[in-house]
Amino acid sequence: MTDYIYLAVLFPLIGFLINGLFGSKIKNEKITGGIGTAMVGLSFLVVLFSFIETLGLPADKRSRIVEWFTWLEAGGLKAAAAYQVDQLSLVMSLVVTGVGFLIHIYSIGYMHGDKAFWRFFAYLNLFIFAMMNLVLADNFVLLFLGWEGVGLCSYLLIGFWYDRKFDKGTVADASKKAFIVNRIGDFGFLVAMFFIFSYFHSLNFSEVLPLVANSELKPWVFEAIALFMFLGATGKSAQIPLYVWLPDAMAGPTPVSALIHAATMVTAGVYLVARTGIIFAMAPTAMMVVAIVGLCTAFFAATVGLVQNDIKKVLAYSTVSQLGYMFLALGVGAFSSGIFHVMTHAFFKALLFLGAGSVIHGMHEQQDIQHYGGLKKYMPKTYITFMIATIAIAGIPPFAGFFSKDEILWMSYANGGLFFWIIGAVTSLMTAFYMFRLTSLTFEGKERFDKHHVHPHESPNVMVIPLMILAGLSIVGGWVGLPKVFVGESGNWLDSWLAPIFKDATRKIAHGGFHSHFEEYLLMTLTVIGAVASIMLARHIYIKRPQIAKDVAESFKGMYKTLYNKYFVDEFYQKTIIDPLVGLSDKFLFRFTDAKLIDGAVNGTAKVVSFFSAHLRKFQTGVAQFYAAVMMITIVGALFWIILSF
Amino acid sequence: MENNFILSLLLILSVGGSLLILLLPRENGSLLRVTGLVISLVIFLVSLFAWYNFDPRNPGFQFVEKASWIKGLGISYFVGIDGMSLLLVLLTTFITPLALLSTWKSIEHKVKEFTFFMLLLEAGMLGVFMSLDLFLFYIFWEAMLIPMYFIIGVWGGKNRIYASVKFFIYTMTGSLVMLVAIIWLANSGKEFTTDLTELYKLGPTLGLSAQNYLFAAFVLSFAIKVPVFPLHTWLPDAHVEAPTAGSVILAGVLLKMGTYGMVRFNLPLFPDATKVFAPYLAILAVIGIIYGSLVSMVQKDMKKLVAYSSVAHLGFVVLGIFGLTTESIQGAIIQMVNHGLSTGALFLLVGYLYERTHTRVIAEYGGIAKLVPVYATILLFISLSSIGLPGLNGFIGEFLILVGSFSSPVLNNPLYAIIAALGVILAAVYLLWWYQRMCLETVKNEKLNTLTDLNTRELFTLIPIMIVIVWIGIYPSTFLRLSEAFSSNLVSSITNALAK
Repeated sequence: MTDYIYLAVLFPLIGFLINGLFGSKIKNEKITGGIGTAMVGLSFLVVLFSFIETLGLPADKRSRIVEWFTWLEAGGLKAAAAYQVDQLSLVMSLVVTGVGFLIHIYSIGYMHGDKAFWRFFAYLNLFIFAMMNLVLADNFVLLFLGWEGVGLCSYLLIGFWYDRKFDKGTVADASKKAFIVNRIGDFGFLVAMFFIFSYFHSLNFSEVLPLVANSELKPWVFEAIALFMFLGATGKSAQIPLYVWLPDAMAGPTPVSALIHAATMVTAGVYLVARTGIIFAMAPTAMMVVAIVGLCTAFFAATVGLVQNDIKKVLAYSTVSQLGYMFLALGVGAFSSGIFHVMTHAFFKALLFLGAGSVIHGMHEQQDIQHYGGLKKYMPKTYITFMIATIAIAGIPPFAGFFSKDEILWMSYANGGLFFWIIGAVTSLMTAFYMFRLTSLTFEGKERFDKHHVHPHESPNVMVIPLMILAGLSIVGGWVGLPKVFVGESGNWLDSWLAPIFKDATRKIAHGGFHSHFEEYLLMTLTVIGAVASIMLARHIYIKRPQIAKDVAESFKGMYKTLYNKYFVDEFYQKTIIDPLVGLSDKFLFRFTDAKLIDGAVNGTAKVVSFFSAHLRKFQTGVAQFYAAVMMITIVGALFWIILSF
Repeated sequence: MENNFILSLLLILSVGGSLLILLLPRENGSLLRVTGLVISLVIFLVSLFAWYNFDPRNPGFQFVEKASWIKGLGISYFVGIDGMSLLLVLLTTFITPLALLSTWKSIEHKVKEFTFFMLLLEAGMLGVFMSLDLFLFYIFWEAMLIPMYFIIGVWGGKNRIYASVKFFIYTMTGSLVMLVAIIWLANSGKEFTTDLTELYKLGPTLGLSAQNYLFAAFVLSFAIKVPVFPLHTWLPDAHVEAPTAGSVILAGVLLKMGTYGMVRFNLPLFPDATKVFAPYLAILAVIGIIYGSLVSMVQKDMKKLVAYSSVAHLGFVVLGIFGLTTESIQGAIIQMVNHGLSTGALFLLVGYLYERTHTRVIAEYGGIAKLVPVYATILLFISLSSIGLPGLNGFIGEFLILVGSFSSPVLNNPLYAIIAALGVILAAVYLLWWYQRMCLETVKNEKLNTLTDLNTRELFTLIPIMIVIVWIGIYPSTFLRLSEAFSSNLVSSITNALAK
């Protein structure tokens, strides 16, 4: 019935091939951009159609596998190009193609005039193709193909302006860093697959996951699988210790940051953990690691976000922090809450990045918020939509972010304990604070730029309309997951929709303890009040009394510097890993082991040989003939020996 | 019966073709080039015909021809191919015309001799992959080196003498030891025979210590050819000095003779010794992967960088072979083909750039993606194949090797595969860093401003390789199924032999 789902994957591939092969000949932006956008639009329609069809099915018939062709088969391994259409993959696909489509439209305006306009759309289409494989795959190997494919597109798109400088290095440095750090995670993913194949003799979800719950395997097997897989997730989804590539990924064009580094690709790790939730449910230690890593990432990234001055850097750390929330949710066993936050975050964070792009566009590529100010009168539409997203991420009801974040915080309290809740809530206050710092410095107050040279302007409609649609979604997007304390067990549509996918995992993580409705109301009220207070504080400081911020920075200079320099983690990795590895490879392995030790031995032998052959130089012209002669003599000699030995 | 002449036809065409070249006038360079290319293409077509008639369900040898040669010694002209040899025969006949076409501009003097040697080399390589008689195999194995020596020695770079001497010492050492082993093995039965099918029955019945010595002698020779760490230092020098076509053939086909030999001889002839040696070779393979990658990373000469990357990539192949599972051996076989394609293409690309700029020093490049976008795109594409990006060929081989050797009952330790998988990270490090230094950022060297992009002829050498790279990446079954029966049969026969 849903056989046509592969069309959703195929359309973006066709778009990639057309633009990739012929884009440089077509050149016309209307055609290349139009094709790229239309293909993703078609893909969205296919997914939507499948979604509607699935809605009409009974819950136990909603999960189907559509096999396309056998991809990789050897020995006992069989991985097909086959797609699993179910509640989870459909939600992910809707987000990927829906938000993806909007960002394609926006890019037509944003990338207008770029020499490699066609190449940009080719890469974006390739990305959607890979991402759709990732979320629809029915086996680990195909998921990995998508996983690596989105990594490649991320590499290509971060490095899109590969001849430019970025930060302390170049754009090319940033793109390479992203790929390599992701590869460290991929190593984990690979090893997890080896374990799975070794113990389950299959890499298909439908042959592995249903067996996990009743498996007789030792617990450490699941711990190992889960931890290695989580290593993969920390790479792609920018968690401690592998988050360092994401802030640098901002070197790419802003629509890329919105699509890949906020809304879709970076949530792949969350999706992977959710998809294999049952394995994690069998591995309590790994679950704890996921929760703690998520919590720490959420917290530390938020602290860095407090002091950054580059508009995209603030948003980048905010993304890292929000991804941390998602892992916190997964770690406490609230899988559907994690996916819920993936969805709402896709709406408001894509909107924030696109809004930032609109600001950067209007401010002639300026990204430093210290040189913004008072922009709301110059770009009112951007301002309003940006504010909607900011309120959403700050967790103010009834905007989208409130519902998903509240669900995560509640679940972390209910399943994790008070400590989890406190850190999570403090992070949420910091989020509200730094986001309103950002909007205050950007849109409010006096203009801090040279009005003679810089003329801010609103972006064209092709960019503004996607902002408006996303703004709408940032408001209503959370209503699919209303708190159960208000609407009862079955009132939370998304949770009930996803429940069949996570039922085994949720059953395994049986949490005891009863929590009263009162507790839930109390905590919810506390976070909302806290968020409002943070917002008011931020607005007060950054609109009315900017001196306070400077004084605080001055009196906590050491701390400010540490935060501003992101805890010096990049420098730490450089000194402890990269430099020693390069030094070891060059000085010890290459110059000593290879050149002196091994080659020394060989050349020693060579000297002996050349001693016997007296003056080797005389052989120069005829050296090959000499070898040929030696070989023939050897062969003939051997023949004689054989014959004589009889 | 009519198909049974096809292997000899391949040999006759390549040897006959090379002799035909000798009859052509020396002055007419283009006639020589075109004739050489046409002959190699005909050979390729004939090999396609062999593929067409090949029965993949049959694990045994096909197109077998046998004619008594030296009676009384049990030596015969005995050829045949199974799935593994077929893939390597196809690789050889596919790469050779591309290598010939790549030299149309770069080889200007002694075109006649060059073409002659290239075709002779092809004959030698084909002979190695189809010989079913150890004596015949040895003749081809040695004879094939002669044209290679000439190609490096006559058309090579400045330091070619040093490189050739090194090559000579390494190879001769290995070959002589193997010859002794061949004779010993042939002499171990009731009657002296070098018939491989007979020896397959004899080998596993030998005592463990005899197997061990024989295994060691064979594997030494093959390990040098692969090359397995620490026997690899001839390779960077040979590559740096060899002309482009020489490097392409060397990396593309010649190195595989070592890994081919291990699968063809070591595993089935000496199963007990294989079990003893497997962990040691797997350790060397894993060291090779990590070591080759790290050393590749710090190279300043781009040909050396690619050469060391070969050490790493072939480490994967050796690991797969001694993982001794169907998955890992299937991976090893397809990875031999993959490496031939990817590294062959990398040497073509490096060669084309060198022809234009006459420097192989990476630091003298930078930002050339702006100047030569097609070149840069293809270089990235091939690098990604070499990195093992899923969807391209490299992933198929590496993944099967790692998955297979992870759960290998013989190695019985997942650490081999886990450490080898670190090579996946390192491949991205050295190749993308190289790519960045070559193609990205801004052009600093003004001399590069006159650089021209790939021409049609050069594209004709690269596009076929790229097509096969995608083909194997997306639909590997076409190729994997050719050797599936062979691999599973090999694994089960070794398992049976060990169970006794």
